[in-house]
Amino acid sequence: MTVASLRVTFAGPFVTYQDAGRAGKLRFGVPASGPMDRLSHAAANVALGNPAHSTAIEVSVGGLAMTCTTGAVTLAVAGGNFLVDRARETLDGWSVFTLSQGETLTIRVGQSGSWCYLAFAGSVDAPQWLGQTATHSTSGFGGGQLKSGQDILINDAQVREDRLGAIERPKFISTDMNIHAVRGPQDRFFTADSIQTFQSNDYALTSAFDRMGVRLSGPKLELAGALSIPSEPITRGSVQVAGDGVPTVLLADHQTTGGYPKIATLQTDDLDKLSQKRTGDRVRFICVSADDALQMTRKIAKKRTDYLSSLAEPKGSLNQRLMRVNLISGAIDAISDSDPN
Amino acid sequence: MQSVTFYHVADHAVLVQLGNEISDALTERVQRLDRAINASPPLGLRETVPAFVNLLAEFDPLVTDHHAIEAAIRDLFDADDTGKIVGVLRTVQVCYDDDLAPDLAAVSSAVNLSQEAVINTHLNAEYTVGMYGFAPGYAYLSGVPAALQLPRKTAALRDIAAGSVLIAGPQCLVTTLTMPTGWSIIGRSSTEILTHDPDRPFLFDVGDRVRFQRIDRSTFEAQTKEVLI
Repeated sequence: MTVASLRVTFAGPFVTYQDAGRAGKLRFGVPASGPMDRLSHAAANVALGNPAHSTAIEVSVGGLAMTCTTGAVTLAVAGGNFLVDRARETLDGWSVFTLSQGETLTIRVGQSGSWCYLAFAGSVDAPQWLGQTATHSTSGFGGGQLKSGQDILINDAQVREDRLGAIERPKFISTDMNIHAVRGPQDRFFTADSIQTFQSNDYALTSAFDRMGVRLSGPKLELAGALSIPSEPITRGSVQVAGDGVPTVLLADHQTTGGYPKIATLQTDDLDKLSQKRTGDRVRFICVSADDALQMTRKIAKKRTDYLSSLAEPKGSLNQRLMRVNLISGAIDAISDSDPN
Repeated sequence: MQSVTFYHVADHAVLVQLGNEISDALTERVQRLDRAINASPPLGLRETVPAFVNLLAEFDPLVTDHHAIEAAIRDLFDADDTGKIVGVLRTVQVCYDDDLAPDLAAVSSAVNLSQEAVINTHLNAEYTVGMYGFAPGYAYLSGVPAALQLPRKTAALRDIAAGSVLIAGPQCLVTTLTMPTGWSIIGRSSTEILTHDPDRPFLFDVGDRVRFQRIDRSTFEAQTKEVLI
């Protein structure tokens, strides 16, 4: 079996191994974890021909640098707009490329995005917990957080010339400030004014932002009276409001139960859209019915499937791609020759 | 059928609210419903999360919707709202030595019982797993006797070792991670709640009954050493 080894030379905070997550264990206090931006994680994997749920590295705004110490392997980066340098060459933030022994890779925060995904053509040797490598950040269970000096081992490492080049970005995901949410399940505990405030004002992400949740800043949301709610189940995307009136959106590593009232819960795709925003970015919550949120999810799911299937198609060998480029430029030359403009 | 409210949550869940005030009877109704749902799960159901007064049903929005899940759960209500749940009895071993029980002295003076009496009161009660939460494997055990019920401490202590046995109000908890806590630490357990057994990774199911068994220091050390190896 061909092995490639990469030495981590720098890892910012919150850089972790993530597969698609361990769903189905909420009743034991275990959130699914997995990628903060599920579509980008899948895109990086399928662009290499991997199953969408394979283990990748989730890179935070803290960044990541590594050197290939053994062998060679093809990698993919997708998610946000990060700065990617491979052997001193600047690549697009959504790219497939190969790293060979002695070459370095640096991923740094770019113009937008809080998380990007580094996937490998091969099998990442990462510890599992409950059958998955997804890292639960508060416990460290699963693949774990990456640290300087650590070696990343890729079993069955492959160099995939047929995969190299840019990864098309998902055009059906907008990056504007609108975030769709469904009111509740405890909106009844808030004053009518607070419900209105929540929908008609901007909220900004604060620096209290990790894989468990992100606190927002904006107008306070008042409860309709002093409350003591029994601890109850929490789902990913809940907007919970503590006694200080400040909303927090709960993310991939959320607590599974809690006693704060939830004014709203985000639609799945818009939760990941919000997760990709940065401290200081503003959002506006658009409340829709649960039925409309579900229809939105189904429409996006179709586009997501088509998009990932198209990324999964190999681009062909280097020769095939060169030939295609020649044919296209030849055709363009032919057109320009006859073009009166 | 007793009162029940369904809340449609985002694009992927239904919250089934059976009441608002915590009681043993209500928690038992939640657990009965949880068992009924999982005995015949509706198409597209991903998982259920039982808590004290309500239950969350998570579903795959590409397969089903809120209305279908609500209808399926309503049918189960009509079919089965009786019968006592008898959870499996689990035993958790505890060493109450002073250095493993930093709040035992404070609890003893706050409830006006000797330390031995506090330990015996803790040991003589039977607890029920009401729900999990806060962190992986944190099971909330209801049933702390009234004589030992104390509010949380005003300030949380940091870096409390995994395996700590905590009490606050009517709840008892055995921690699984090193974490801060504002609950009173009355002992340390050698029993692993996260079992590392792939077939049964968590010691308790919701609804299980729990009894604590006292162990001495040498037993505690022998058992925790085994675990470390």
